[in-house]
Amino acid sequence: MAERLYLYPIWLRIWHGINGILIVILIITGLSLQYSSNEYIRIRFDLAVSLHNISGILLSFNYVFFVIGNFVTGNIRFYILEWKGLADRIFKQSLYYISGMFKGESTPFPVNKDRKFNPLQKVSYIISMYVFVPLVIISGLALLFPEFIIHRVLGFSGIQLTALLHSATGFLISVFLIIHIYICTTGKPVSKNFKSMWTGWHE
Amino acid sequence: MIRYFLIYFLLAMAINAPCSVVADSAEVELPSGFEDNKRCFQCHGQKFYSFENENSGRTERKAMNPNFVYNSQDFYKGVHRNFACTDCHSPDYTTFPHPSELRLEAMYTCLDCHGGDPTYAKFRFEVLDEEFHKSVHSTRHSEDFNCWMCHDPHSYKRMTSGEFKISEIVSYHNATCMECHANSYNFQRISDDIKPELKEIHDFLPNFELHFSAVRCIECHTSKLDTMWVNHNILPKEQAVRNCVECHSTNTILMASLYKYQNLEARKERGFLNSVILNEAYVIGANRNEYLNIISFIIFGLTFVGILVHIILRLMK
Repeated sequence: MAERLYLYPIWLRIWHGINGILIVILIITGLSLQYSSNEYIRIRFDLAVSLHNISGILLSFNYVFFVIGNFVTGNIRFYILEWKGLADRIFKQSLYYISGMFKGESTPFPVNKDRKFNPLQKVSYIISMYVFVPLVIISGLALLFPEFIIHRVLGFSGIQLTALLHSATGFLISVFLIIHIYICTTGKPVSKNFKSMWTGWHE
Repeated sequence: MIRYFLIYFLLAMAINAPCSVVADSAEVELPSGFEDNKRCFQCHGQKFYSFENENSGRTERKAMNPNFVYNSQDFYKGVHRNFACTDCHSPDYTTFPHPSELRLEAMYTCLDCHGGDPTYAKFRFEVLDEEFHKSVHSTRHSEDFNCWMCHDPHSYKRMTSGEFKISEIVSYHNATCMECHANSYNFQRISDDIKPELKEIHDFLPNFELHFSAVRCIECHTSKLDTMWVNHNILPKEQAVRNCVECHSTNTILMASLYKYQNLEARKERGFLNSVILNEAYVIGANRNEYLNIISFIIFGLTFVGILVHIILRLMK
């Protein structure tokens, strides 16, 4: 029987749950605002604005909690990249996802106490949590306080560019979310990874 | 703009330099009333004026009534810059002290000059007048509320000519409203009510300051009349636009008002807003870049197709 590992401490699970709920609210309200219309019924605009703003602020605090938690508990070690051989490892993992797993091969980078994420997960989590989320938070806060945005940037409206960055990053996060949820279903059984994030134990 | 700059330059020279210098450099055509108006602006162009008191034999310095102080630079930027003061005011004003009965001088209205004149037909002054008389400014106030309450003929600029940026149009037009609605003294010229605080009565607007700097008061407070450049039927507050998506959608009402000035051609050609407001403003829900929309749909589509194929292969295993 495989080793049973306690990989997801309670603080991380709480952060993850709150983060997931807020991200979903932000995506739904963000889409509703971006595609607001008189012709189709979506979330009422002012309600969507309030929900989006409140969720965004809560997400920002939650993100600070996540970063501090990572450093305090040492969880940050799972996000440190070893550059040497990275491309090979990513290729190997990708090959497993697109071919190996259908042939019954075992995962090339099994989870253990020092390796919570496979190389592909690690890179995508680093990009999403340390690039996309900070970007979406900073651009979102800037839109919340537009008086701090540079009025003109290279002849373009500063608000326009900030909004573009915000919605584009939000879009990429939503793509990440879809893939993230799908990849979580590749456990055996399908509910395995979801159960781990609920109990904290990887089995 | 270059023309205005030249006029500024000449005015600055006229004020600061000896007359001979002005004469030498005055190759650019001056407003036709420029020379006649010099004498008026000598007193009415500043807060204090001096005159020779024939009775006392002294030169006296007095404060000008602030209601009668006009900025000459603003005047020469305005649409009436070619007028002499006495084209609209009595020629008797050329005497000093001014005869006291001139205080009761009747003022022209816009239609007195612009009504029925084919030169100004495109501005549709008659429709504008009809719209104004439907507005709360007309129906809830006496006849004292006339064009000049909002449009000072001494400085009025036509902002919808296409030469101004949207931000300049917003700033200029909103300043007209703020003149009374953000100024208790002016507000009480026509009302005994206490002026409500704009921020309080607009507390439903997220980011009040941004809204006030990006759109004009009249976008929400006037009836929509697509044939007019500026609608003058100011609606009762209960009828003002409060539904966010009126502006925040691709068929934003701003297309028929604020963005109309720069947008008519682009609208015909492209049918979406990016060409017009990309450089001027950002309105959530209104600014949708077609290309980014297509790219995002493609990426989403590929993601879902990839997942679907993966699921099928997993099931086939």
